Amino acid sequence: MTGAAAAARRWAPPPLIASAWLRRGLALGAAIYLALALGTLRVNWRRVWEGLDRGGAFVVGFARPDFVSRWVEISEGILEGLVMTVTATAVGILISVPIGLGAARNLAPLPVYLACRGIVAASRTLQEVIVAIFFVAMFGFGPLAGVLTLSFATVGFLAKLLAEDIEDTDPAPAEAVRATGASWLQLLNYGIQPQVMPRLIGLSLYRLDINFRESAVIGIVGAGGIGATLNTAFDRYEYATAAAILMTIIAIVMTAEYGSGLIRRRVQ
Amino acid sequence: MLSVERLVKRYPTGDAALRGVDLEVPAGQVMALIGPSGAGKSTLLRCVNRLVEPTAGRVRLEGEDLTALGAAALRRARRRMGMIFQEFALVERLSVMENVLSGRLGYVGFWRSWFRRFPPADVEEAFRLLDRVELAESCDKRADALSGGQRQRVGIARALLQNPRILLVDEPTASLDPKTSRQIMRLICELCRERGLAAIINMHDVALARLFVERVVGLRQGAIVYDGPPDGLTPEVLTTIYGAEDWSEARRRGGADEEEEEEPEVDEQRLAGLT
Repeated sequence: MTGAAAAARRWAPPPLIASAWLRRGLALGAAIYLALALGTLRVNWRRVWEGLDRGGAFVVGFARPDFVSRWVEISEGILEGLVMTVTATAVGILISVPIGLGAARNLAPLPVYLACRGIVAASRTLQEVIVAIFFVAMFGFGPLAGVLTLSFATVGFLAKLLAEDIEDTDPAPAEAVRATGASWLQLLNYGIQPQVMPRLIGLSLYRLDINFRESAVIGIVGAGGIGATLNTAFDRYEYATAAAILMTIIAIVMTAEYGSGLIRRRVQ
Repeated sequence: MLSVERLVKRYPTGDAALRGVDLEVPAGQVMALIGPSGAGKSTLLRCVNRLVEPTAGRVRLEGEDLTALGAAALRRARRRMGMIFQEFALVERLSVMENVLSGRLGYVGFWRSWFRRFPPADVEEAFRLLDRVELAESCDKRADALSGGQRQRVGIARALLQNPRILLVDEPTASLDPKTSRQIMRLICELCRERGLAAIINMHDVALARLFVERVVGLRQGAIVYDGPPDGLTPEVLTTIYGAEDWSEARRRGGADEEEEEEPEVDEQRLAGLT
């Protein structure tokens, strides 16, 4: 009998919230909130029903994409988008590296660090579309506004992640390089760069395909690229053309994804 | 040759790592610095080449006051002090040769080092050192492809390529197995003798220190509590340095190790096999 009693000792993981009352109260509160929130959604079912027709037309368009009738616009838009993407990524990387170095606490003195972190924060706060509207207002419609927008966004992304990678580097090799009498630039080249290079290459490739996707979005507000063409196609109910554009974008993004995966594996 | 005078280091947290250390190292002397973890051994070494800024006191190398130097002069002074590290501190994604040549960074300009165009004499000397530590065939391997003992030999070659007057050696064997530890210690001591270098070697292993050095300095809580020959490390002295413990094992193992020393051929073969 004593053996059975010993075997019956039970164990359950301790609950996240110790008080049973509080736990149940919170669960009940969440359920009530969800019910009320769903209640405030007023869905116009008739409108949904009409929309299904258009959705259907869109799906049919996808089944028969039309690359031909607007081919000139599509190819020009895609080409412009690619040019914007590559230019903006290159410019963005060139600007990001010094800012990333400045935003790494283990390399930069405090004032430089704060200034660079400020730039990164400013770039990350503003969404691409808002920046694009701003640049279009400044420089007019066209790819220049798009390149500036994407470069600006790239700096926020790359500089931040580069700085964090630099802060995570092993300090021992850097210390050893310093001990040889190396200058600051030599320290970067020998002690830091080899440690962060694979990740910098990986992030740059990743940013390249983010920039291509973003170039389609900011085109809608007039910053060049394929976005304007796509928007026009929707406005004219030319779903077959829209489908052709979307498929082209998907194909390019997937190619970029596959290519960058290959390269990233090589540089590890 | 190296003289440390009333050296004090207080970290911003308020911990006093060194409390007025005086130390004189004559040219060509290999000495061990022993003491418990946190006694300030690493801090002392790093205050010498100012990887850690001392709070007060002076460090003189061949008469030059290192603590008074500006940034550029400090870099020139660092060339004369080779450092060897506990976890080797190699740049893992660089090749063995690049790691060794980084010992010349204090001598060559930025663009030369950026394009890896070191003067032919430096490259020749690097090859000679790699031959000496038996790693010449591995010169284009990445540093992370090597074993622990091999990595430490690359670290030694890097430090020697600086053409230093003194070696600062921070626990060279802490991450190595006992046999490799001895090989590394022997190599460091041989090289110091060949080149007439002084060395300060931080160590944990008292028995190992006894085997290789002529002078032992014991550090406890940032102050020197023993300075003398390894034979003077009596149980009483070890207790002063480390605190109370049964020391017969550390002393006896020192004796046993010496007997093993008589069969060096095996070590040589193993070293050759590793390369």
